Amino acid sequence: MEILLSHGSTLVMIAAVVGFFMAWGIGANDVANAMGTSVGSKALTIKQAIIIAMVFEFAGAYLAGGEVTSTIRKGIIDPALFIDIPELLVFGMISALLAAATWLLVASILGWPVSTTHSIVGAIIGFAAIGISPDTVAWGKVGGIVGSWVITPLISGVIAFIIFNSAQKLIFDTDKPLEQAKRYVPFYMFLAGFVLSLVTIKKGLKHIGLDNINIGFYNFEVAGAGGYYLAIIVAIIVALIGKYFVTRVKFDDNADKSTHYANVEKVFAVLMVVTACCMAFAHGSNDVANAIGPLAAVVSIVDNGGEIAKKASLVWWILPLGGFGIVAGLALFGHRVIATIGKGITHLTPSRGFAAELAAACTVVIASGAGLPISTTQTLVGAVLGVGMARGIAAINLGVVRNIVISWVITLPIGAGLSIIFFWIMKAIFS
Amino acid sequence: MARNSIIGIFAKSPIKPLEKHIRIVHKCCSQLVPFFAAVTEEDWSAAGKMRTKISKLERDADELKRQIRLELPGGLFMPVDRADLLELLSQQDKIANRAKDIAGRIFGRKLTIPTELQEQFIAYVARSIDAAEKAADAINELDDLLETGFRGREVELVTKMISQLDEIEDETDGMQIKLRKDLLNIEKDLNCVDVMFLYQIIDWVGDLADLAERVGARLEILLARK
Repeated sequence: MEILLSHGSTLVMIAAVVGFFMAWGIGANDVANAMGTSVGSKALTIKQAIIIAMVFEFAGAYLAGGEVTSTIRKGIIDPALFIDIPELLVFGMISALLAAATWLLVASILGWPVSTTHSIVGAIIGFAAIGISPDTVAWGKVGGIVGSWVITPLISGVIAFIIFNSAQKLIFDTDKPLEQAKRYVPFYMFLAGFVLSLVTIKKGLKHIGLDNINIGFYNFEVAGAGGYYLAIIVAIIVALIGKYFVTRVKFDDNADKSTHYANVEKVFAVLMVVTACCMAFAHGSNDVANAIGPLAAVVSIVDNGGEIAKKASLVWWILPLGGFGIVAGLALFGHRVIATIGKGITHLTPSRGFAAELAAACTVVIASGAGLPISTTQTLVGAVLGVGMARGIAAINLGVVRNIVISWVITLPIGAGLSIIFFWIMKAIFS
Repeated sequence: MARNSIIGIFAKSPIKPLEKHIRIVHKCCSQLVPFFAAVTEEDWSAAGKMRTKISKLERDADELKRQIRLELPGGLFMPVDRADLLELLSQQDKIANRAKDIAGRIFGRKLTIPTELQEQFIAYVARSIDAAEKAADAINELDDLLETGFRGREVELVTKMISQLDEIEDETDGMQIKLRKDLLNIEKDLNCVDVMFLYQIIDWVGDLADLAERVGARLEILLARK
């Protein structure tokens, strides 16, 4: 207890620095997965992708990142058991952050596809179960989280399959695919806008202190039906803007049959810009928590003088800190990472990319709203496989898919092991 | 870092190279038209050049075939069956091989086509090559088939192309029968070894259309599965 009073600010500083570093790493590395499909399908240039990623990652982190943050902060372990030993929780959370950040760094250097989410969850379970006692882990909730890692790629795969199938039916398999594309693409934009704004409105706005939104003639109560209306309005606006841009696309007028689909792809490229925004937003909303969840826990304990407050709200500067961390990582390294990806990849057309991104973004955002920390990458992989199942992709390398799946099985014990080691070191230093 | 990404899971599309392959194959057998034009004029130096060109194109097709095979490792998840795709590829390749055989045999023996048969023989060659072209066109649609997920209008279009291919093959069969009959009528006046080889060449030219038809059949199987 005395440790927290005497070293409190030092501990918060350490946690903030490591948390920022972690967010930075997420920005530099993970964003490639979120934006890579857009750049790869040539719907966006690298520069545009970076700008979109910055804006929407930050918005996602700030507006919709709260629920997952609180899960990481107090959902995995049982805070009630730490009432007498709050300093151990602080050490543990810092160790978990350090462990996850270290493992991500190592994996990035070695080029292994690991998930930030899996590292941090593994690390938190590790220090709590081994460092302190297995009882401190809320195993029921952990079971739910791990279950969600299996279910979310499945769900996003199914959604992607349905979306892509619908696009094939409504657009490609018709006499005039171009006209059909112009007609139906705004609907997909509507769908994207609706899911995103709904989750933001329902789950995000209360974190920044907005309970209702008054636009003069109507007062939208965010928690009630007003939230749905608002989401529909936002979605309609998104669709209208999208429609405007679709009509502005320049088509190759003397296109014969062979270049016909090339024109259709141009329409989908517009849609892909929207889904790329969604993906960045979804990624921000889910993954920022991996960096700032533990930080939030440390800050709230130290601020309360060692008391583990049950209902502590998130300190105002934490979400923006994570958001800035991601943006900083993007600004410094995102360029290079996305460039590596954008090069030489032409096997993904916007009509496929949109289906995968839209499905993954919806799944991730809904998971974020439910407070589930899931892996964005694996959700996207699930979505890509879904499009493949709909016979949409010429060839998918199952070897890489297997690597990605294996990586999370390995990441859990390694994250846990590292965090136990860091935990013991910290305990030795401070006591 | 690239492997850390989702993009790594997209493997190189096997469909584009497949199209490229049949284009080369078609180009290879198209050379038979100027080749036979040179042969009927008994311009053997021009015919020799054409034969070299044919063998070069055949080698190109072989090279591409090998490359496609190497780029299709077992762990690929594709909208079409891997075995079907490879079978289609080897059928395509056989057309080019046959074209090379024809040119080689004729040039090697300096075999001339009897004047009475020349006109219909040239027409027969041209029609057989038409079949190869039709097959190439059908393969060309694979891209759009992928776009629509192998169903609906695109499939109908390709099925129609395949039935046109069958018609062309039927036609060449008819032409072949007539050619044989006409050759039979004049064969006693010709060198008997040449006649044997002429029958063989007639067979082989017919093979071009047969093989092209088989490409169409493999394509149909590709579409029907799954």
